[in-house]
Amino acid sequence: MGDAIPAARTAAGGLPLLLHVQGVSKGFPGVKALEDMQLDLHAGEVLALVGENGAGKSTLMKLLTGVYTVDEGEFFLNGEPYEPVSPKQAQDLGISIIHQEFNLMADLTVAQNIFIGREPRGSRFFLNERRLNAQAGELIERLHLPLRPKQLVGSLTVAKQQMVEIAKALSYDAKLLIMDEPTAALNDAEVEVLHDLIRRFVRPDTGVVYISHRIDELRRIADRITVMRDGRYVGTRETPETTMKEVISMMVGRDISGEAKPVGARADREVLLEVSGLSTKALLKDVTFELRKGEILGFAGLMGAGRTEVARAVVGADKINAGTIRLRGREIQIHNPADAAKHRIGYLSEDRKQFGLLIEQEVNANIGLSALRERFQSYGFVKDKAMRATSEEYVGTLSIKTPSVAQTVKNLSGGNQQKVVIAKWLAKDCDILIFDEPTRGIDVGAKEEIYRLLNELAQQGKSIIMISSELPEILRMAHRIVVMSEGRVTGTLDSDGATQETVMHYATLRPDEHPEDAAEIGLTEPALSGTGTTNSEET
Amino acid sequence: MTASAAIGEPQEQRTGVKAAATGLKDRLQQFLAFASLITIFVFFSIASSNFLNYSNVTAILFSTVVIGTLALGTTFVIITGGIDLSIGTGMSLCAVISGVLIVKTGVPVLLGVIGAVLFGGLIGLVNGFNVAVLKIPPFIATLAMMLVAQGLALVLSHSTPIYFSKSPSYTSISTGHLFGVNFPNAVLVLAVAAVVSAVMLNKTVLGRYTYSIGSNEEATALSGISTRRWKIIIYTLAGLFIGLAGVMISARLASAQPGTGMGYELQAIAAVVIGGTSLSGGKGSIVGTVIGALIISTLNNGLQIMSIAQEWQNVILGIVILVAVYADMARKRAV
Repeated sequence: MGDAIPAARTAAGGLPLLLHVQGVSKGFPGVKALEDMQLDLHAGEVLALVGENGAGKSTLMKLLTGVYTVDEGEFFLNGEPYEPVSPKQAQDLGISIIHQEFNLMADLTVAQNIFIGREPRGSRFFLNERRLNAQAGELIERLHLPLRPKQLVGSLTVAKQQMVEIAKALSYDAKLLIMDEPTAALNDAEVEVLHDLIRRFVRPDTGVVYISHRIDELRRIADRITVMRDGRYVGTRETPETTMKEVISMMVGRDISGEAKPVGARADREVLLEVSGLSTKALLKDVTFELRKGEILGFAGLMGAGRTEVARAVVGADKINAGTIRLRGREIQIHNPADAAKHRIGYLSEDRKQFGLLIEQEVNANIGLSALRERFQSYGFVKDKAMRATSEEYVGTLSIKTPSVAQTVKNLSGGNQQKVVIAKWLAKDCDILIFDEPTRGIDVGAKEEIYRLLNELAQQGKSIIMISSELPEILRMAHRIVVMSEGRVTGTLDSDGATQETVMHYATLRPDEHPEDAAEIGLTEPALSGTGTTNSEET
Repeated sequence: MTASAAIGEPQEQRTGVKAAATGLKDRLQQFLAFASLITIFVFFSIASSNFLNYSNVTAILFSTVVIGTLALGTTFVIITGGIDLSIGTGMSLCAVISGVLIVKTGVPVLLGVIGAVLFGGLIGLVNGFNVAVLKIPPFIATLAMMLVAQGLALVLSHSTPIYFSKSPSYTSISTGHLFGVNFPNAVLVLAVAAVVSAVMLNKTVLGRYTYSIGSNEEATALSGISTRRWKIIIYTLAGLFIGLAGVMISARLASAQPGTGMGYELQAIAAVVIGGTSLSGGKGSIVGTVIGALIISTLNNGLQIMSIAQEWQNVILGIVILVAVYADMARKRAV
């Protein structure tokens, strides 16, 4: 297993490697997080580092940035031995890291965030706000970022917040930039912008370590791909000379069966949920769609198109201004998520930690939460045994990897946390499950399991709405795809005819400016289904 | 902290160890709180010969009743991530209500007691409405209620104490001896209230939702639970305890003192916090709260016996709160 990296600390041309990791091991009580890890980063390249959750990527990055110290092995930076003792020291030596979760102050401006801790002073005690903004403006200019120094970070989109993080990292004059899952929260257009930025950053004397779960994008950005598994180095491939299938099988240590299309078209199935004319004050305009029994209905669109807002409006988490919701032909009123749950509609948020889980509580308490009053009580007393039995059953059927149902949820991996949320709604016996980015932050192997689970649920007659920013995922999973742009539905496609290009086309339509354009395309686009949800029929 | 090396470890790598330790950890927490109580007890027993005897221990228990009762209800509120500042003056108001009903209106004692307790529930209901429906932050909502209750207590009593001298059965609620032995009823009331609270918190749907709201209110709501309704219920429950405390304090003093409640809320909150309940919500226990209340009253009693001035007692109590909460946090990080 594994390709041996020559022990040389220089690249082919005799230049020192920007970063050379040699035989690094790190253990924690009871577990070996890294063992004999190696990695080479040439100056001027983008190296992708991939591996499942728990493979040891984060540990390696923490060692590199001086958060932990190594047990064994060595780092070399530009050929010099490098033993970081603190994140500050790493930063001084030109190593910057952008964490998956941003370290930004929402109530401060872009400029204040970028130069936090290094604010230009007017005198000993007073800040020089003008110089701060000027410096930030210069930096933003140099990086061609669509930001303004005085914008409040809290008012920016996720993508722009990330740009602030990048600007901050580069303002330290970084030579080595480490990016941990930089695209986890971005849509495809934003990923393009980010990749542009990275390409501009990479010069002959700088390099990027790019950690990602989104295998599909590596081909577009990485020069080489290093794979790790279970704390060990598996191998490195030149991107043009490998296939993504190979990379994935290196990551998981086995072959992934790959492209399972959803089973059969469902046009004949009964319509379970009809949403029509749904509007909210903030964003949604006249959103209309239907969901059939046993169907996976994909919701595609760019960030901010309103997909999550549709889900939240349907389950009563946000107030609606207009529109009707019919369940099995009967109009229903949903004022809050409790009403939605009564009608057996469950919402699985993209942000599991904030909106899906009681992260500090047990698996058991989480699975039993929604169905508590219905299934696990008598006269107000909790039937703990019944609840535990049910939780254990779901741990089994969904193969949730946990030592017991008494385990605290925060100790589970992302994929298993997602399954706990699914179990919660299955325990409630939901007919309609709305998944918002079901595989966000979940590693490749676990993703496959979630996909399989979604297909199984659909086969059992559950109706699923799947909101996703990953087009290949939607194209692969959904029977039909609703595409949104700027709060409106701009197209509903059958997955048979849909391609990334057609979906992106509808996702980038500006419904307000070119309604006639949408209509025209609606008529000429064969992939459109005639369900009355396009702009052509609305206007 | 010698365990600092373990603090930064990635979570996922401690899975196995943590799983086994979870149940043990909770028990350890209570055990340590209990151990501190014993330590304080032993200290005063050695420091003063007047401390450890039946009548003084009974006196400690007796003086725990009011703070303890308030702290029980507050435990629920604090576990939801809220706070209730109105419990002290609310208690005075309920005491006054009891006085107005029994002394001034001549209502039978039992009905007067029920009326006072229900009035406490009403205070809690209003708090709950303000917090859950109007979405006023609990600190502000109950701060306002604290002032309203203070004022109403003075208005209704014309700023003078109401004496229960003609209702000996009322005072016996607190000072009587139900089982003949020299053991005040008030302590039994607290014990029963504590057991009922513990059962509610640990065994009922209400308790489960109390924890889940405190762990993550938004996720709880999105799980199809009407957090609004349950928060109103929880504040109302805390209000019932305010009413009960009002009865207990006025029965003990044989009078409703309209102006004395202010300050009790902080003692009760201190008891809850010393008992290991997290002010950020999601964690806590009734056993801890009872131990916390006992620690406070033991300290007050012991320091008094050692003739330490009231002013210094407050200083010491303040330090105890800091030490207790810091130790609790350090313990949680270390495990």
